[in-house]
Amino acid sequence: AAAAQAAIADTQAAATDLINTLAAQPLSTGAPVAETAGFGLGRDALPVEIAAWDIDVRPDGAGLPAGSGDVWTGEEVFVEKCAMCHGDFGEAVGRWPVLAGGHNTLSDEDPVKTIGSYWPYLSTVYDYINRAMPFGMAQSLTNDEVYAITAYLLYVNDLVDDDFELSNENFLEVRLPNEPNFFMDDRATAEYPIFSVEPCMENCKDSVEITMHASVLDVTPEDENAAQEDATVVAAAAEPEVDLAAEGEALFRQCKSCHQVGDGAGNGVGPHLNGVVDRPIGSVDGFRYSNTLLDVGGEWSADVLGAFLADPRGAMPGTKMAFRGLRSQEEIDAIIAYLATFE
Amino acid sequence: ANAEGDPAIINKQEWNQYLGEGVDARPYGMPSQFESHVRRQDVPWLTADPVSSVNFTPLHELDGIITPNGLCFERHHAGIAEVDPAEHRLMINGLVDRPLVFTMEDLMRFPRENHVYFLECAANTGMEWAGAQLNGCQFTHGMIHNVMYTGVPLRLLLQEAGVKTTGKWIMPEGADASGMTRSIPIEKALDDCLVAFKMNGEALRPEQGYPVRLVVPGWEGNMWIKWLRRIEVGDQPWHHREETSKYTDLLADGQARRFTWEMDAKSVITSPSPQAPITQGPGPLVITGVAWSGRGTIPRVDVTIDGGITWQQARMSGPSLNKSMHRFYLDVEWDGKPMLLQSRAHDSTGYVQPTKEQLRHVRGENSIYHNNSIQTWAVNEKGEAENVEIS
Repeated sequence: AAAAQAAIADTQAAATDLINTLAAQPLSTGAPVAETAGFGLGRDALPVEIAAWDIDVRPDGAGLPAGSGDVWTGEEVFVEKCAMCHGDFGEAVGRWPVLAGGHNTLSDEDPVKTIGSYWPYLSTVYDYINRAMPFGMAQSLTNDEVYAITAYLLYVNDLVDDDFELSNENFLEVRLPNEPNFFMDDRATAEYPIFSVEPCMENCKDSVEITMHASVLDVTPEDENAAQEDATVVAAAAEPEVDLAAEGEALFRQCKSCHQVGDGAGNGVGPHLNGVVDRPIGSVDGFRYSNTLLDVGGEWSADVLGAFLADPRGAMPGTKMAFRGLRSQEEIDAIIAYLATFE
Repeated sequence: ANAEGDPAIINKQEWNQYLGEGVDARPYGMPSQFESHVRRQDVPWLTADPVSSVNFTPLHELDGIITPNGLCFERHHAGIAEVDPAEHRLMINGLVDRPLVFTMEDLMRFPRENHVYFLECAANTGMEWAGAQLNGCQFTHGMIHNVMYTGVPLRLLLQEAGVKTTGKWIMPEGADASGMTRSIPIEKALDDCLVAFKMNGEALRPEQGYPVRLVVPGWEGNMWIKWLRRIEVGDQPWHHREETSKYTDLLADGQARRFTWEMDAKSVITSPSPQAPITQGPGPLVITGVAWSGRGTIPRVDVTIDGGITWQQARMSGPSLNKSMHRFYLDVEWDGKPMLLQSRAHDSTGYVQPTKEQLRHVRGENSIYHNNSIQTWAVNEKGEAENVEIS
């Protein structure tokens, strides 16, 4: 109790000091900020910082780094790092973007918009691959690899021969065929006059009839709530282990873009994972593994799988799995528990 | 009610007798358990993968003009970036006197403003170009939200760096794994763009660009760069992927419009609609919907219930703010006969929302983006609604 009283006395003394200090000093005047003078906020960006982030490339070639790559090198890199989504020749897998073909289809009923048929500038191809591809492993390619992939994409679009090499030196010599077919927004003259007329309010037509029903196509998603309730009932009926597996299911969302599980699971960007726990490594038919996984041998025991999930490229150098790894052992255990529920 | 009386009145309910949860139970409040059906939904067949995809605002469940933060549609190109604000930087470089780096704390020291703006994806209603496809305004029109933003005028940040006289364009860039970039003319950047860190009073949600996003009022949503980390000033546009291969309008003759930034005036009836049928039968009926324009306000919305033979002016209700969503109502006595419902927005520049036929006549059916045509719902005698096209 004596200690508590001493503490209170100390606090009171400190408060008194503060009041005395404030009384002795004039208070802030809060002068208005003059916008025109600038605020003096922020600091100078260092050249090394600007260089780290300023990677954008323009149609005039501004921003292109030194480098080069040929069609054949491009094909190798593309098949290894891009073909799982875009197909070996840019024809695309599933609903991933088609990159080649489609020439002379832009005025058709179903136009095919590809790099060769639609994109106006080659610089866009370089810039986009360099900043955002491969999907899930952005900014992991070398400059030469980006030049090589870009050269390969020109080749599969029949725009260069197979002995072509693209570099920062000859980049501007390549023009994409659809460049002239883009024009600036002209709605102000092409549409506004038509769409700013006072509309009819009464007796606007003699009769009206339905010409198309959405229900004929029947592509609207089902009510999600009904489906979710079913899933909850199933989960509730399962074993107590369901908690860890359920956690794993939530975590598995980050794997879903490449790996399928469950009924009808097939190979996507990565192999299907049904029965992966204790499965021989590199053993799913029809999936094109890296040499690392084909050669390493052994099975995906929980330990091996755990080490792989923690650091894919560390555990299996050369793997194509473009995933940074899971942060915690709990997450790894949960995902393995979830995967173990699939035979 | 029968002679015994309404059980909802006669019987004691558990909430009449027993105590509810205390003030410590829900430190971040969520909607009632009876509202769990009000949620964003996606259309799985639309995209290759849920990480680079879109979901839709449940417009049919909302009223007023503000979209709650948890219901704002999401569109990202490399998933939701989880950015630590302490590690986030905003750089301005290029044609400026002084390239600068700001921390979040720096941004908080600039004068800030509050504005309500709609954000509409250019692809909203894109699935409806070739015909009536999706049954519900959530899916046909739900790539939109309307939020009050708090942020710093972009003009102040650009002035701080000092834009050179040769600086005619800016290129905002996101910090996510898609490195999203767009080109924006300097006039717009210095006019009404904001660098925003709050939505509806609280921090931006991660899926909306936490800790900071660009706000480009009235212009297509793709330009509102999320997780904004860099703004480069240049003398010409960059023609990056999202403004060449995407978000350009392919016309019927194979030519394509580019830089179609401003969103044209548009409206939709949110109730009744396919997900919000009439359930109480004939009698008083509230027909309601929303309207917006990237060029100003919406002083007038016309509504027809007979497929466009006769139109009536709807009643506008709630704030009428520049480049914001507007709410309209038409209160009618429904006689139980089928209806063909349409709404038609007029914006403050005199632009009138076109019919599908008018728009197709000008643009063909291959545009994908910027479909602002009039939507039709057919309501049958049971009160069920369907997405249709009419003569």
